[in-house]
Amino acid sequence: MNVTFESIGNKLVIRINGDIDHHTCEAIRQRIDNEISKKNPKGIIFDMENVGFMDSSGIGVIIGRFKQISEKGGATSMINVKPQIRRVYEICGLQKIIGVYDSLERAVNGMA
Amino acid sequence: MNIDNVMKLEFLSKSQNESFARSVVAAFIAQLDPTIDELADVKTAVSEAVTNAIIHGYENKLGTVEIVARIMSRTVEIEITDSGKGIENIEVARQPLYTSKPELERSGMGFTVMESFMDEVEVSSVPYQGTTIKMRKTFKKL
Repeated sequence: MNVTFESIGNKLVIRINGDIDHHTCEAIRQRIDNEISKKNPKGIIFDMENVGFMDSSGIGVIIGRFKQISEKGGATSMINVKPQIRRVYEICGLQKIIGVYDSLERAVNGMA
Repeated sequence: MNIDNVMKLEFLSKSQNESFARSVVAAFIAQLDPTIDELADVKTAVSEAVTNAIIHGYENKLGTVEIVARIMSRTVEIEITDSGKGIENIEVARQPLYTSKPELERSGMGFTVMESFMDEVEVSSVPYQGTTIKMRKTFKKL
């Protein structure tokens, strides 16, 4: 598992590579929180292209980051969401708070 | 229903075994040629149950988690057992968003995910003896 970041304007793109489960979520959370405190982004975009599997531990990570960013008035979104992850996302009701976009460009513009 | 095949897996309650456990179950049930979605559903449900055993059953102390998977025609039955502290109130634990460990940023959606992805989920638990989660799913006909 590794996590990389890209800043586009005041948005932070978070690219997670690997499975997101209880075993990996603590390291993912720390990497993201370090980057958020360094960059102080106005919005975050989770790029899920290289996430093969996610369970509800991942939902905990995403909601936790959503709370941090929304406290500062920012939005959270996701791109490249595979069907397995989409089902977990929908069952957990994330569609009410986190938008899924079909491209990075749309996510960046949609969150403007 | 006749049992066509059975497997049993036992491993230490270490979090690095979560991906191992769901992959083993997925490999075992692959003999039924499930769809990609059906396979993903079972993997996700197994991951939730094993995570519960590790975090809540053993509270990150070391113990043994046992998985028994049975194939009966197009139905898979999976039992995940720990010998940990047990669940005090199963009804409350199964409620969406309930978590006994909010400080760990748990979503409280583990049982909801299991119930959504499997056809049946039965939970039996005895305080200080352990918990068994038994789940069933019938795959579509080929």
